[in-house]
Amino acid sequence: MSTSGCRNLRRGGPQGVAVLLLTIILLAPQWAAAARINEISESNLADRAIRFFAFQDPSLRYALAGSMMLGICCGLMGTFLVVRKLALMGDALSHAVLPGVALGFLWNMTKDPLAIFVGATIAGLLGAGTVQLIRNTTKHKEDAALGFVLASFFGAGICLFTMIQNLPGGNKSGLDKFMFGQAASLGRGDVLLLAVVTVLTLVAVLAFYKEYSLTSFDSAFARSIGLPVQLFHYSLMLLLAFAIVASLQAVGVVLVSAMLVIPAAAAFLLTDRLGMMLVLSAIFGMTAGGMGAFFSFVGRNLPTGPFMVLSAAAVFVAALLFGPRHGIAARWWRQRSRAERTQRENTLKSIYHVLEAADFRIEGASLADLAEKRRETLEEAQSQARELERHHLASLRNEVVSLTPQGWQRACEIVRNHRLWELYLTNAAQIAADHVHEDAEIIEHVLGEDNVRQLEKRLNYATRDPHGKLIPGLEDIRQGRSALIGTRATGYGGGGPKP
Amino acid sequence: MSADSETGNSDGTPCPLEVHDLTVAYHKKPVLYGIDLEVPAGNLIGIIGPNGAGKSTLIKAVMGLLPTSSGWVRIFGKSYRQNCHRVGYVPQRESVDWDFPVSVMDVVLMGRYGKLHLAQRPRKEDREIARDCLEKVKMLPFANRQIGNLSGGQQQRVFLARALAQESDLYLMDEPFVGVDAATETAIIALLRELKSKGKTLLVVHHDLASAKEYFDMLILLNMRLVAFGSTSDVFTPEMLQTTYGGRLTILSDVAQSIAAQS
Repeated sequence: MSTSGCRNLRRGGPQGVAVLLLTIILLAPQWAAAARINEISESNLADRAIRFFAFQDPSLRYALAGSMMLGICCGLMGTFLVVRKLALMGDALSHAVLPGVALGFLWNMTKDPLAIFVGATIAGLLGAGTVQLIRNTTKHKEDAALGFVLASFFGAGICLFTMIQNLPGGNKSGLDKFMFGQAASLGRGDVLLLAVVTVLTLVAVLAFYKEYSLTSFDSAFARSIGLPVQLFHYSLMLLLAFAIVASLQAVGVVLVSAMLVIPAAAAFLLTDRLGMMLVLSAIFGMTAGGMGAFFSFVGRNLPTGPFMVLSAAAVFVAALLFGPRHGIAARWWRQRSRAERTQRENTLKSIYHVLEAADFRIEGASLADLAEKRRETLEEAQSQARELERHHLASLRNEVVSLTPQGWQRACEIVRNHRLWELYLTNAAQIAADHVHEDAEIIEHVLGEDNVRQLEKRLNYATRDPHGKLIPGLEDIRQGRSALIGTRATGYGGGGPKP
Repeated sequence: MSADSETGNSDGTPCPLEVHDLTVAYHKKPVLYGIDLEVPAGNLIGIIGPNGAGKSTLIKAVMGLLPTSSGWVRIFGKSYRQNCHRVGYVPQRESVDWDFPVSVMDVVLMGRYGKLHLAQRPRKEDREIARDCLEKVKMLPFANRQIGNLSGGQQQRVFLARALAQESDLYLMDEPFVGVDAATETAIIALLRELKSKGKTLLVVHHDLASAKEYFDMLILLNMRLVAFGSTSDVFTPEMLQTTYGGRLTILSDVAQSIAAQS
């Protein structure tokens, strides 16, 4: 690690945050490289993958178990952060623990997990307290307070770390793992700590699910029924600090917040129940943890954190794309099938218009008439007729499209919806007759039968639209085409009630 | 503070809500001055006043959701903390995130949480009560919907069902008629009257003067201080309304401003 950045820091003084941040940015790639350029393995990737799944290596077992457990507890805590809109709190806390890690190390100059845990937790809580203090005593909102705590604590941590690197003696190796995480460096003690934290988190969430969900959703109501809302908030922050600190060595300070936010955010895309979101988020976190450990092992000593986070991000993107309800693919598919249905219904409507023009005396519409009606080529008209055939709405024989009973019914419904809506807009909403067509073109495809019944009643069961054309009623739809012979509009009939 | 004295109605039952010399300040800026109230049981009471009069503040302060500068509150003769299980609360609809991943049923069940111990799961009877309450506000068909997929009126009914599930004796409602459709408004007022006829006491923050006269038997006229409290026929007078809405209380708000400037 370079010490020039550190000298900059010491000189920096009051310029503070800007210099600190710049140093972090400059140092970051060097640390990442330091973790990566370790001896490059000769054995090929497949061999290492096989070794991974053999689970022979004890250090590998620790790495895998630790990574998966951290995924679970981060997933659970992250869910509460996301639904409370505190996602950035995870970011601030994870950076705030860094000075605590350094002080924990300085305690007896060893990487004692417990000392580091205690130091980091205290620093984290101090950070959370500072956020609260700034919010309560100044006019700043949460975001500015979080930004301040994140940068200043992290800066202090970097200073302490560079100081430690320059100190003589002590076993300093592996301290840099706290920056980007190295699951392979997890020892028995670290995994034990992760296990304790994970169990504690699980128990707390299971036992106080009702309290945590209510205080997250409606804290005023929670207080009105006498729940100690503050206590639950702080216990959540404490559990959060535990989760972050226990995960540090595997994911690293910089990316642990991603393990809090990303699995939970992915779960939120897939469900609208808190319980389900907790379960999904824990599963996603666990999967991402396991995958991070795998890639890190296969790639030999690659930093674990980035791979975990990338795995979690992949899950998020998958949820975004392929989520069953809100996913982009599902939405695209729904839009497409809706567009196709609209297209079919428009063809049906044109066929009805052709039949109507002939006063319903012909069996079907010729392709030529249909093409003319729709202002299309014969080929296009033919492909649309085929499309109707595929959906059993019409049959195409000798260039004549005849509607099946099913097709006739849908065609009548669409025409009826269109004309009812036009009539409604002109009669009830006093909109000019030449303004209503465009609107009806859209509404005709979405009107439900309930709306139609209401409209019919509202319009006094009118049989003629504003242009004097017949509005096919239920009876007409049932009896079929031949019943409508001789009903073609003879002039402007108006929308009078049936006799 | 004579907080220990048990004041009550003439028949000896403690009064649902007694407020004595209550002063509330936001960021050191007083918004309510020396409120005194003794609310008789079994009434449907409207809290009306202009914007910024402290209507919501009053009911929040009663429940201890806001720190008070002075004064005390008794609920059925005891402190709020001791008797919070006898109070039902309907917060303003905008106070929660409607994208929160809970169903309508989950929210109504929250009304039962006050009756449960810490870490205790809702029991079968709680679910039944929640179902009944949803039925009462005609929201049972929506029980499994996520709450964001509801109209404003439906969301308000869910909040009301949650308060019903609390099975309380005193209800505090913050603007339950805001943003609801006419049908919901009629349904809600019918429900409130039904609760009243069962001897419950209801305090409802309301912003619409036109309907206030028709809806409530008693009114609290509020404008940073208590202007009047009494039966609607007594206090819904042009003079009282003029005092509440028209005359800006310039001295009170000026003092508030200067106190705010000092701190």
